[in-house]
Amino acid sequence: MGKMTQFMQWIDDRFPATKVWNEHLAQYYAPKNFNFWYFFGSLAMLMLVNQILTGIWLTMNYTPTGEGAYASVEFIMRDVEWGWLLRYMHGVGASGFFVVVYLHMFRGLLYGSFRKPRELVWIFGMIIFVILMAEGFMGYLLPWGNMSYWGAQVIINLFSAIPVVGEDLAVWIRGDFIISGATLNRFFALHVVALPMALLLMVFLHIVALHKVGSNNPDGIDIKKVKDENGIPLDGIPFHPYYTVKDIVGVGVFLFIFCGIIFFSPEMGGYFFEAPNFTPADPLKTPEHIAPVWYFTPYYSILKAVPNQGLGVVAMGLSLVILFFLPWLDRSPVLSIRYKSPIFKVALALFVVCFFILGYLGMLAPNEMRTLVARICTVYYFAFFLLMPWWSQWGTTKPVPERVTH
Amino acid sequence: MTNDGVDLEKRRFLTLATAAVGAVGAGFVAVPFLGSWNPSEKAKAGGAPVEFNLDKVQVGQMVKVKWRGKPVFVVRRDDNTLGALAANVKELKDANSENAETKQPSYIDSATRSVRPDIAVIVGICTHLGCVPQHKKETEVTWGGGFFCPCHGSKFDLAGRVFSGSPASTNLEVPDYKYLSDSKILIGVPEDGEVA
Repeated sequence: MGKMTQFMQWIDDRFPATKVWNEHLAQYYAPKNFNFWYFFGSLAMLMLVNQILTGIWLTMNYTPTGEGAYASVEFIMRDVEWGWLLRYMHGVGASGFFVVVYLHMFRGLLYGSFRKPRELVWIFGMIIFVILMAEGFMGYLLPWGNMSYWGAQVIINLFSAIPVVGEDLAVWIRGDFIISGATLNRFFALHVVALPMALLLMVFLHIVALHKVGSNNPDGIDIKKVKDENGIPLDGIPFHPYYTVKDIVGVGVFLFIFCGIIFFSPEMGGYFFEAPNFTPADPLKTPEHIAPVWYFTPYYSILKAVPNQGLGVVAMGLSLVILFFLPWLDRSPVLSIRYKSPIFKVALALFVVCFFILGYLGMLAPNEMRTLVARICTVYYFAFFLLMPWWSQWGTTKPVPERVTH
Repeated sequence: MTNDGVDLEKRRFLTLATAAVGAVGAGFVAVPFLGSWNPSEKAKAGGAPVEFNLDKVQVGQMVKVKWRGKPVFVVRRDDNTLGALAANVKELKDANSENAETKQPSYIDSATRSVRPDIAVIVGICTHLGCVPQHKKETEVTWGGGFFCPCHGSKFDLAGRVFSGSPASTNLEVPDYKYLSDSKILIGVPEDGEVA
């Protein structure tokens, strides 16, 4: 026995290192027909690592107080060596994270990856998405710019629309009668300690659940039905080295774009970093126009589209809650869009259009025309999901192949 | 009495009792964690009532007072303005502040939304999305004057009542306040409230 084998034997007798490696990488068989859409899970992981790493480094120079926060961010940008890069990696990373997560979720919609037996994979993923939104919202307050301040003001004020307890609840969340240093401090604690821990736990559960049931694929068929004499799926290939290498190619391409944005247009014309946030928080002066960052705007649009503030909050909440139930809403006999009826393709395409329109309108000040369009899109958003149990069964599906296709 | 027979009924009872007591304990432990999110003594002190001398406000003028970190508008209105308030009624969404979401003390006059007709005390936070409206005099604008929110264009008259066509749907908040003397008010304490 070589020294290395001996060493691994010593470890394996005490900790299941080789076992875990094999179960989750070297002998974890994934369908061999993964395409472009399957890059975004590993890219989300990359963004998670990026956020955690740059986040830890940012806390080394950030001051979480109402008096010091804005100045400390400017200090990071101007005086800390490479501070500007760390901050832009984190700020652009937040948007990058949402880009890949949205695409990752859309992949699920395309190929029915949330369908039985992957319901829990989807639900854990949805919890990750909600935690990410909380991370994004709370992180946005930390630079203590004027948009940070008034954005948080508007969103926390939503809670005061709740009957009876709303006003007290808003005061409790803020720890003050207005957004103040107390609010900033607790958001900081949640943003850097509590939520990242919850996020890591959920990512762990997401992957454990996935590896229990195995990955779906663009054909939406079960590769475990056809196995060779050793019990290995004929259409499966080991995740490592095949998909680790494929994912590295994805990472390479992604980093080209990601770094391009960081170096040449970190603010993305106001979409990633909003202009009013380059002035300090001022409780007595609101920015001309308050809009959330792009990844919240579809839901913000739904909020604004409902004429009643309280019901608007409810609608915004439901627009997220409804996604949790997706595994039970889609009743089509096939999983993948490749074999679904044309009705599904049209409905999904319209949903994408509506989602983009809502996102766009969420950035703009409302007027009559925009409100009307936002209302139509909001109705479609809910109709798409609520009526899915019926329309997903309409139309004729194509026959599903026995083996995966390329 | 035998020692080898296991009393499952008893075991179940003890398990449930332990769980119940544990849950109550967890509930008590939650108190400091949840309570620590309430406003601190410092924040509460910042929310203390504020005294304001009305002699600082001329007729037609507005002065901003900071109370609980929020701007409070104090305006001295003359008879013309009060006449305009009555004339506005048709153009308002909720002239008598009947909307249940409107925040105002019960002891103010519903037409002028103030204790004394000439002095208006109004929280300067737009009820739409929380921006700070600007004071516009009658002579500055065509719509009679009042408060104009720069964020989404909500308009309010000099009693803080919202004009039709504004994105805001409720009137501006009127805080609790009491007259200490003819020329002094205390903002944050109701009319019959104790003065600390």
